[in-house]
Amino acid sequence: MREFSKEEIDSVLDLAQSLEPMARGKKSNILAGKILALLFFEPSTRTRMSFETAMKRLGGGVINLGPAEGSSISKGESLADTVRVIGGYADALVIRHPKEGSARLASQFSPVPVLNAGDGAGHHPTQTLLDLYTIRKESRLENLHIALVGDLKYGRTVHSLAYALSLYGADITLVSPPTLRMPDPIKADLSSKGTIVRETSDLGEVIDNVDVLYMTRIQRERFPDPVEYQKVASSYRITPESLASSQDNLIIMHPLPRVDEISPSVDETAHARYFQQSFYGVPVRMALLKMLIGGD
Amino acid sequence: MAELPAAGRVNEQMDRSKDEPGGLRVKPINNGTVIDHIAGGQALNVLKILGISGTTGATVSVVMNVESKKLGKKDIVKVEDRELREEELDRIALIAPAASINIIRNCKVIEKRPVDLPDEIVGVVRCQNPNCISNTHEPIKSRMLVKGKNPVSLRCLYCEQPLTERIADYLI
Repeated sequence: MREFSKEEIDSVLDLAQSLEPMARGKKSNILAGKILALLFFEPSTRTRMSFETAMKRLGGGVINLGPAEGSSISKGESLADTVRVIGGYADALVIRHPKEGSARLASQFSPVPVLNAGDGAGHHPTQTLLDLYTIRKESRLENLHIALVGDLKYGRTVHSLAYALSLYGADITLVSPPTLRMPDPIKADLSSKGTIVRETSDLGEVIDNVDVLYMTRIQRERFPDPVEYQKVASSYRITPESLASSQDNLIIMHPLPRVDEISPSVDETAHARYFQQSFYGVPVRMALLKMLIGGD
Repeated sequence: MAELPAAGRVNEQMDRSKDEPGGLRVKPINNGTVIDHIAGGQALNVLKILGISGTTGATVSVVMNVESKKLGKKDIVKVEDRELREEELDRIALIAPAASINIIRNCKVIEKRPVDLPDEIVGVVRCQNPNCISNTHEPIKSRMLVKGKNPVSLRCLYCEQPLTERIADYLI
């Protein structure tokens, strides 16, 4: 995401906006005759299905790598060879792979454009773009005060999102347990771009002052002591009660899947936006596909 | 910047330690490359970067941990009858940014210059991230972007993991 300029991001979001009616079912044949290959070397539900939906909503077709077992990959084929071969069958590739940097490698060997749908603990740029789209649509991107909450050390989505928000002059508060704080080099990078970055462990301290609460899952396996995990997990749980004195226009986002971070009773409040956020993955991915293989 | 002997002068003086009278430790070479002002203890890593091992056939002299006003302790490497290419030599700046290069012909220094890291280092340093795609069996060489030269700061082109410390430990 660091290679994207603000203008490039805005042009993706603008196009996504114009494609939203098609994402909701209005007929389109913009990508008729085009084929998208999905190469998911790791399980995925939302990302894989929303790419597939995006391509089909635009009139295109999809081919799937399928499970790695029994395929050429299980016979030891390199990723470089796999993308060269499948790149010959399709007009674009979407790749999710457990190794960091795999999407960049794929782009070096593929004869057609490659979209990164998550590379290990590295990047997940389409998630960041759909997050930005959600914020722009449901709140505002300029002069935003956002709290990023949860696992800020390992969570790849929050790193990319923080970088992207720094382009829009956001005021960012990082809320996490001390052991899961955002890595120092990323914070230093953000500050060097003029972004105001604050850090706290206390969610209650910020909940009433922000425009967006961006929740992430704290994974149990990050804590050797289960008691410590329970303590931390419960202190980062959003309930209707904890939102009692929040701003009326506060929105709550989550990349999903959630576990305990957001009580289901929050779903009915005016603050919840995580299901809309998930849907916005479709128009954003439609925009990317149209830009890459739409031919104009 | 290191104070280098003027071009054209006999290269003998590079072997002398000014603090040790008569400190001529290795005889001057007639032709080849002398790498001076290597940080003390890094000479063997310099050879590793240059791909020079005992089987490459070159006559190589290594002087380690001699007194240096500038560095405290320094190493010197001499490779006889081989003028190393600029792009090979510049990689040395990864671990010895103060190093100076002297090309010797007929006992004279015909060229001398500091080392300067290129913008990208290919196939020399592996990424420290064990989960990086460049550390697998893929048909690629490691590629490190140079983000800073003093101190040296690298970033893997593939996974973007930075590498700023103990770079010598990651030489391929």
